[in-house]
Amino acid sequence: MTVHLSILIFWPLLLAVLGALAPRAVAPLFALVGALVPLGYAVIMLVDHDPDARGLQYVTDDAWIEELGIRYSLGVDGLNLWLVGLTTLLFAASALWLVLRPPVRPQLFAVHFGIAETAVLGSFLAQDLALFVLFFDLMLVPFYFLVGQWGGPERVAAALKMVIYTLVGSLLMLAAAVATAVLAGAGPDGSISFSLDELRANLLGEGTQKLLFAAFALAFLIKMPAFPLHGWMPDTYRNMPLPALAVFSGVVSKVAAYGFLRIVLPLFPAAAEDWQLILLILALCSILYGSIQAFTQTNIRLILGYSSVAQLGFITLGIFAFDDAAKGAQGALLQAVNHGLVVAPLFLIIALLAARAGGSEDIRDMGGIAFRAPVLATLFLIVTLATLAMPGSANFVGEFLILLGVFESRLAVAIIASTGVILASVYALRMYIRSMHNRQGPAVTSFEMSLRDAVVIVPLVAAIIAFALFPQRALDAGEPAVQAASQAVTGAGR
Amino acid sequence: MRGPTIDWEALSPLIALVGGACVVLLVGLLRSGFVRRHVVPALTLAALGATIGLGIWQWGENTSIIENSLAIDDLTLALTMVFCVGGIATVLLSWRSSAKEEAGEGEYFSLLLTSILGMVVLVAAQNLVVLFLGFELLSIPLYVLCATHMRREQSLESGLKYLIIGSVGSATLLYGMALLYGATGSTDYTGIAEAESGDVLLFTGIALVVAGLAFKASVAPFHQWTPDVYEGAPTAVTGFMAVATKAAAFGVLLRLFDVALISFATTWGPALSVLAIVTIVVGNVGAIGQSSLKRLLAYSSVAQAGYMLAGVVVSTRLGIAATVFYLAVYTLMNLAAFAVIVARERESALGDDISTLYGLGADRPLLAWPMTIAMLALAGMPATAGFFGKLQLIRAAVDNDYGFLGVAIVIGSAISLAYYLRVIAAVWMRSPSEAVALRPSGRPVIAGGSQEADVEEPPPAVAARPRRQVEVAFVAVVCAVATIVFGVYPEPLFEVARDAGDALDSLV
Repeated sequence: MTVHLSILIFWPLLLAVLGALAPRAVAPLFALVGALVPLGYAVIMLVDHDPDARGLQYVTDDAWIEELGIRYSLGVDGLNLWLVGLTTLLFAASALWLVLRPPVRPQLFAVHFGIAETAVLGSFLAQDLALFVLFFDLMLVPFYFLVGQWGGPERVAAALKMVIYTLVGSLLMLAAAVATAVLAGAGPDGSISFSLDELRANLLGEGTQKLLFAAFALAFLIKMPAFPLHGWMPDTYRNMPLPALAVFSGVVSKVAAYGFLRIVLPLFPAAAEDWQLILLILALCSILYGSIQAFTQTNIRLILGYSSVAQLGFITLGIFAFDDAAKGAQGALLQAVNHGLVVAPLFLIIALLAARAGGSEDIRDMGGIAFRAPVLATLFLIVTLATLAMPGSANFVGEFLILLGVFESRLAVAIIASTGVILASVYALRMYIRSMHNRQGPAVTSFEMSLRDAVVIVPLVAAIIAFALFPQRALDAGEPAVQAASQAVTGAGR
Repeated sequence: MRGPTIDWEALSPLIALVGGACVVLLVGLLRSGFVRRHVVPALTLAALGATIGLGIWQWGENTSIIENSLAIDDLTLALTMVFCVGGIATVLLSWRSSAKEEAGEGEYFSLLLTSILGMVVLVAAQNLVVLFLGFELLSIPLYVLCATHMRREQSLESGLKYLIIGSVGSATLLYGMALLYGATGSTDYTGIAEAESGDVLLFTGIALVVAGLAFKASVAPFHQWTPDVYEGAPTAVTGFMAVATKAAAFGVLLRLFDVALISFATTWGPALSVLAIVTIVVGNVGAIGQSSLKRLLAYSSVAQAGYMLAGVVVSTRLGIAATVFYLAVYTLMNLAAFAVIVARERESALGDDISTLYGLGADRPLLAWPMTIAMLALAGMPATAGFFGKLQLIRAAVDNDYGFLGVAIVIGSAISLAYYLRVIAAVWMRSPSEAVALRPSGRPVIAGGSQEADVEEPPPAVAARPRRQVEVAFVAVVCAVATIVFGVYPEPLFEVARDAGDALDSLV
C-alpha cells in the first residue's frame, strides 16, 4: 500500500489548480512542474521495475464507494509501465513547449492540461472497472475545452463533434461496465464489485460477454479512432492546438488500445475469440484506408491523423492476433509506445514548418524548408524514418512482431496487412519530401530551428533513438502481463 | 370515542413549516421597509433551517402518525431536506428580485413555505385523501408564485397556464383515485395493496393516477406546459419548481407505485417504462433547439424526469435509493444553473437568452465555473455527482432486468450533450460582442401598461456596473462545489439514499 501512484496521478491536477490562481506569467511554469514530477516518478519506476515479478507493483487499494462496490485501486505492471512513462514524457515535453510559447489565457490552459494528464494517468493505472471508466470519460472534458477555446477557426463545432462521437461510445461503455459488475456479482455474497481482479475470477456467460464486448469495443474503437468510426478525427485534428494535439494523438488513443488488453480480453475472453475476425477485418480496413487517405491529404495534420488511424489499425491487429506466444500483443504494446513517441514530436514540428511556410499547414505551400535548416531537417528525417518503421527503429520491431503474430494465427490477414508497411513508407516519405525538399514554396522562408524549439524536440528524438537501441527492456517488462492477457483468450478457446 | 393520538415529535418538521408560513405572513404586514425586505426572508430561512434540523433529529425514527395517514420515515425526511434546500436557494435567489416586491414580501415567502408544506404532506401521505390534500397544498401556492412578476405579461401567462393545466392534472388524479377506491374499497395504501387482483376499473384508475401525477412530474406526453411555465415564471420560482416540485412528484410516485400498487407491478411496469423512454427522448430532443436557457432547462428537466422514472419502474429498494440520490444531486446541479441565470438576468438586458452567457468565462469566473459544472453534471460527466447518479440508476435498472432502461438513459445522455455543451460553449467560447440585445416588451396592458405611454430606451446589452449579488453567487458556488464534492466522495449521500430506500420495507 503506497501513496506513490496517487501522487503521480493527482500532482498535475494539484499544480494546475495552483497555476490557475497564479499570475498569468508563471502559469505555464506550474504546468511544467506539474508534468515534471510525474516524469521523475515514471523514470524511477522504469528503473526500479522488477521484470521477473508477476502481478502489480506499487499497489494502492482502498474502499472508495462501498455502496457501489467501487474501489480506489491502482497498480503498475508490465502492461502500463511503459505507457505511463510515455504519457509523462509527452506531457512534460508539451508543458515545456507551453512555457516557451505561452498561449493566450495561460492559467486556464494550464488547468485543462493538468486535468488531462491526471485523467490519462488515472485510466492507465486504474485497477477497478468503474475507476477506469471514470477517468476514461474524464479525459474528454479538458480536451473539449482545449479544442473549443484555443483551437482553429471551426473550433466550437469541432469540439462538439469530438465530444458527441466519443461520448456515445463512452456512455455505452459505462452502461456495459455497470452491467458487467451487476451480472457478475463478484463481491462477497454475490454483491456488486467493480474490482478487475474479482471480475476476472467471475466471468460471465458467452452470450452476455458478446454484448458487453461490443459496447466496450465500440468505445475503444471510436477513441482510437478505427476505420468506420473515425468521423470526428479530421475536424478535431485540424482544430486542436498543437501542444494539446501532441499529447492527444500520442497517448489518448493508446488508452483505447490499452483498454483492450487490460479490460476487454481478460473480462470477455470467449467473446473476444468470437469477435476476433471482425476486429481483424476492421483493423485491416483501418490500415488500408488510413494509409490511402494519408497519401492523398495535403493538410499535414490530417496526414498524421490518418497515419495514426493506420498505426492504430496495426496495434489492434496485434492485440487480436491471439497467436500462441502472444507475439502480436507484445508487438502491439511496443508499437503503442513507439507511435506515441514519434507522433508527438511530429506535431510539434508541424508548428515549426508552418512558421516557415507563411503560416500554412498545407504541404503544397511548403517545400525547400530543409535548405537553410539542416538540423530541423535531420531531426524531422529521424522521426519520419521511425514512423515508416525503418529497420533499426523500435517501430520496425513492433510491426515485425505484430505481423509475426498474425502470420501464425491468420495467414491471409497478415499478407494483406503487410502491404500497410509499404504504404506507410509511401505517405511518410511523401510528407517529408514535399515539405522539406522539392521546389521552394511561394511563401517559404527557410531558417534554422532556435534553441527554444530544440530543447523540446531534441529530447523527444533522443528518446526515439534510445528506444530504438533498447526495445528489449520494454518487451521484457511487458511480456508476462501481455501473455496473461492474450492467453486468457487462447486458453479459454481450448 | 377518543381523538387520534398525535406524535408531536414526528410532526415537528411540518409544524415548523406551518408556523413559519404564519409568522412570515404576519411580519410581512409590518410597515418598515427593512423588515419586509430583509427580516421576512431571514425568517423564512430560519423556518426552513429549523425544518431541516428537526428532520435530522427525527432521522431513523420511521414513525407513522395521525392514524397512519402520514409516514414520517427516512424517505419523507430525505425528500423534505431536498425541498428545504430548494426553498433556501429560492429565498436567496429572490432576495433582491422585483417579483416579491410586486406580490408583497410576506405573501411571497409565506406561499413558498406553504408549498413546501404541501410537498412534505404529499410524500408522507399514506392515504389517497391525504395525498390529494398535499397535492393541492403544493399546487395552489405555486400557481400564484408563477404569476408574481405582475408587470411581465409572460409571468401572468405562465401562472394562468399552470393553473389550467395543473387543474386538469388534479382532476384526472382525483378521478383516478375515485376509481382506485371503487376497485379496492380502500383509500389507505396498505388497503389498496391488499386488493386481490386487478380488474378494468382498477387499471383505468391506475392509468388516470399516472396521468395526473405525470403532469406534475412533467413526464412526456404530459410535459407540454413545462417549457412555457418555466420560461414565464420568475426565475427563482422556476428553479424552485424544477427541483422541489419534481422531487415531490417523484416522492409520491415512489410511494404510490412501490407501496400501494406494488402487487400490480407487472401491469404498470411496462407502461411506465414506455413513458420513461418517451420522456427521455422527448425531453432531450426538445431541448436541442432552445435558445432560452429557462426553456432549455425545462426540457432538460423533462429528460431528467425520464431517467428518474426508471428508478420508480424497477420497484426495488435499490431503485428508490437511486431515485432519491439522483433527486438530491439533480437539485444541486439545477440550482447552480438557475442561480447563474438569475444573476445574468439582472446584469444584462438579454434576459435568459443563451447569449447572456457569452464571454462569461473571461469576465465572471464565479458564475462561469458553476454553470460549467452544472452542465457537465447534468450531462453525467465523471468527477461530478451526476456521474454517480446515472451510474446508480443504471445499476438499479440492470439489477432488476430492466437493462433496456439503462440503455435508454445512456442514449438520452448522449443526445443531451448536444445542448449542455452548447451552454458551455456559450460561456467559454463566444465573445460578448456576438450577442444581440433584445427589445424589452414593456409593461403588459393587463397590468396597467400602455404601448404609447411606455416608450422606453432599450438598456445597454451589458449593464455598466453590475450590482453586487453576493447571495446569488453564493448559491451558485455552494451548489457547484457540492456537486463536485459528492462527485468525488458520494458516500454520505449514498447512505441517506439507502436509508430512504430501506424505509419502504414492502420491497426487496
